[in-house]
Amino acid sequence: MANVLELQGITKRFPGVLANDKIDIALREGKILALLGENGAGKSTLMNILYGLYKPDEGKIFVRGKEVEINGPNDAIELGIGMVHQHFMLIPVMTVVENVMLGVESIKNGLFLDREKVAKRIHEISEQYGLEVDPHAYIQDLPVGIQQRVEIIKVLYRSADILILDEPTAVLTPQEVEGLFKIINTLIKAGKSIIFITHKLKEVIAIADDISVLRLGRMVGSIEPSNATPQKLATMMVGRDVSLVVQKKVAEPKEAVLKVENLFVRDERQNMTVRGVSFEVRKGEVLGVAGVQGNGQTELVYALTGLLPVDGGTIELEGKMLHNATPRQILESGVAHIPEDRQRHGLILNFPIHDNMVLCTYYKEPFAHGVSLQEKPIFSNAEELIKQYDVRTPNIYVNVGTLSGGNQQKVIVAREFSRPIDLLIASQPTRGLDVGSIEYIHLQIIKKRDEGTGVLVVSSELDEILALSDRIAVMYKGQIMDVLDAKQATKEDLGLLMAGIHPEKTSKKK
Amino acid sequence: MSNTNVQVTNLALEKRKRVSYGMTLLIVGVLMYLFFGLNTQAGVQTTFGLNVAGTQAIVIPDLIVPAQTTIYLMVAIIVFAGAYQLARGVKSTGLLIGIIAFTFVTAFLTWAAQDKSFNLTGMLSSSLVRATPIALAALCGVISERAAVINIGVEGIMLMSAQIAVVTASITQNLYIGLIAAILVGGLVAAFHAFLVIRFKVDQVVSGVAINIIGAGLTSFLSAKYLQSDTLNNSGTFPIISIPILSEIPVLGPTLFANNIIVYLMLVLVVLMHITLFYTPWGLRTRAVGEHPKAADTLGVNVYLMRYVNVIIGGMIAGLGGAYFTIGSVGRFDELMTSGKGFIGLAATIFGKWTPIGAFASSLIFGFADSLQVKLQILRVPIPSEFLLMAPYIVTMIILTGVVGRAIPPAADGQPYEK
Repeated sequence: MANVLELQGITKRFPGVLANDKIDIALREGKILALLGENGAGKSTLMNILYGLYKPDEGKIFVRGKEVEINGPNDAIELGIGMVHQHFMLIPVMTVVENVMLGVESIKNGLFLDREKVAKRIHEISEQYGLEVDPHAYIQDLPVGIQQRVEIIKVLYRSADILILDEPTAVLTPQEVEGLFKIINTLIKAGKSIIFITHKLKEVIAIADDISVLRLGRMVGSIEPSNATPQKLATMMVGRDVSLVVQKKVAEPKEAVLKVENLFVRDERQNMTVRGVSFEVRKGEVLGVAGVQGNGQTELVYALTGLLPVDGGTIELEGKMLHNATPRQILESGVAHIPEDRQRHGLILNFPIHDNMVLCTYYKEPFAHGVSLQEKPIFSNAEELIKQYDVRTPNIYVNVGTLSGGNQQKVIVAREFSRPIDLLIASQPTRGLDVGSIEYIHLQIIKKRDEGTGVLVVSSELDEILALSDRIAVMYKGQIMDVLDAKQATKEDLGLLMAGIHPEKTSKKK
Repeated sequence: MSNTNVQVTNLALEKRKRVSYGMTLLIVGVLMYLFFGLNTQAGVQTTFGLNVAGTQAIVIPDLIVPAQTTIYLMVAIIVFAGAYQLARGVKSTGLLIGIIAFTFVTAFLTWAAQDKSFNLTGMLSSSLVRATPIALAALCGVISERAAVINIGVEGIMLMSAQIAVVTASITQNLYIGLIAAILVGGLVAAFHAFLVIRFKVDQVVSGVAINIIGAGLTSFLSAKYLQSDTLNNSGTFPIISIPILSEIPVLGPTLFANNIIVYLMLVLVVLMHITLFYTPWGLRTRAVGEHPKAADTLGVNVYLMRYVNVIIGGMIAGLGGAYFTIGSVGRFDELMTSGKGFIGLAATIFGKWTPIGAFASSLIFGFADSLQVKLQILRVPIPSEFLLMAPYIVTMIILTGVVGRAIPPAADGQPYEK
């Protein structure tokens, strides 16, 4: 079958980085090409070139056999190329109609927006591809899964027949992922061709017709889904054998270290986002908090670490009441925090590594003597930690901002683990990290657990929750739906809980 | 179980809000009684004039009310509303604020004008006139900030436009050429601001402050050096255009339909901008660029172009506002004659929640406070005139801190866009 899209020898250099190095890919008509690679492998750069947001330094692009030059999104749209971005390009305070028609507005009476006509067209697209959505709803009121539908509708509205989906499953529940796969199948049946970008191995095998793997800006190779295994793909992606399963012993939980009772927290916009949460974390176990992003997990962690005030309820750490304590009081009580947004709450990017390594202890001996900082102990502390935690850096004097995401995270882990702690709070500890770093961070967390630390892991990645946790709490709309034993928890049950449905109870209710 | 907890907390919150509003009403009521009620003699009347001298065909009788009774009535209304709020609660906070404002202003005016006559229609009409430059500055704020560019240089732009308008009009002996010059200068200065903040990503506040300083310094210098004689600084003003028939309507007619061209242009701009922003492709793109420029960019909307054009249009509107000060009202330029109206306009932008109609309505409140201050001086109210002069600014502060609550600006407001 003909190639509807072909990239030949695409090269793109950024100052100091070769983001794409002579990449060739081909998309067959009516097929799904999966583009697999770690973060920083060059997938996004390549797709941005295809969508006209970047210009390639070398290489040719062929659409339907003709060589083309794409100078901007308008050119790409003209050629029938549409992109669903990883971070949705939707305007929350506008309606579906307004978002869809932006840039290609329908006009009536020569001047005015024709909302009805667009709504009708959206309705038609919805019917044709099974993408149900209320055209007049505001984006901010829609769940993430539906927002993604709007993104797809946006692309179809511009009559694209080559769709690029950039990490489309990153923000979805397992059920929503299934829904998305159904939609993708409908699209393929209607003759569309799709490039599916991801770093999730199982999805690739489930859905792709062809798989191309990128590593460090280079094409590693293509493989047929029929003879691909997750292990094989991971090896291709990382360039060495990696373990996809976290090796851990059975947990030996002891007494509770953290008790949270009936906790209420408001977010920065004063919405009550944590609504009466109670749980406990015991020494020597990992409690995983699962849930679709935006269901109060972030605010829960902020409250536990003193970044948001508590509106009601108690937080007790080994008998000490810690609600509304300052972050420093909390840190000094033996809590370690691996924050969700490492660049905002975890590190000071413009500070060198050695200063970042003492952010929670700089005011204490031996790092400070009276009012003056002591360089020698700070330097030797950093030297020791980067060796111990395998931080890849030229030296300890470079700014943390210049390190890769994985190494930044290792700096945080090194800092937090190097002081005596009773409780570890890890929020999205491996978000955006490559398979190799994920493996390392997971091992470190389990090691802490085995030393007798209580661990609270918050993650929107179910695989991560299942790999690490001994018990799993599922959050939905600010409340804990249920706490399951990790051994008995299935992905299906967790998925239902994440969507706010009790698997057993629903049948009883009816 | 936890569901009931949520309800309990929400109920507690509702109750706190209800009590605080109820108490506010009661306290305002008591204050009104103490200050206005007790200071009014029984049997004295207050006259509210409803006609503007000599212009109208239809003359309606003036409103004459017994002063003390009226004040007590107002106190009764607000106390009753406060008690009702405490007991039952009213859903709309807007209604409560409206009750406070209405009863307080009525009681205050009745007290201030007791035993005298107070021309209500004249007051309303001058409110609109005084709101005009504020509204134009606010419209400049709305259109710029909808495209995510903050322009606090409005004050400086208005000063420069005011000066150029009077000078051009004096030289050419044509007010309309003066008006066009003011609009062009406004657009030019805004274009400079846009160039700095869009092309070079200069901090928008810094650039705006710079424009204000340049505006104040330059116009004061030129005024002191060249504008002390009448040759360059005496243009005359736009005549009042009375619209036939409509201007004959009692109260409304003299207020809305007997104004000069700048006031009419301002009213037209409010409506025009509302339609453009919310019902045309241009407005949709403008709002998109202000909320999520990256999204607009990926759909092929030229973010930079949209920002440039909107900021420049905003500057032209501010230029029109500047022209009001000279050729629209007094016919000559005085140093720093805008006296902070541009900043009050920016406050009206925020109070009006970045909508043209909201901005206009808020400007009316500021205009009302401004003209009240003038009327009260004439009435010889026993309040020092310095305090009366502060009225518009105090209203600005009260509104910004108390009433407006948390207004949500366009999401990308003030941020430069980088591809």
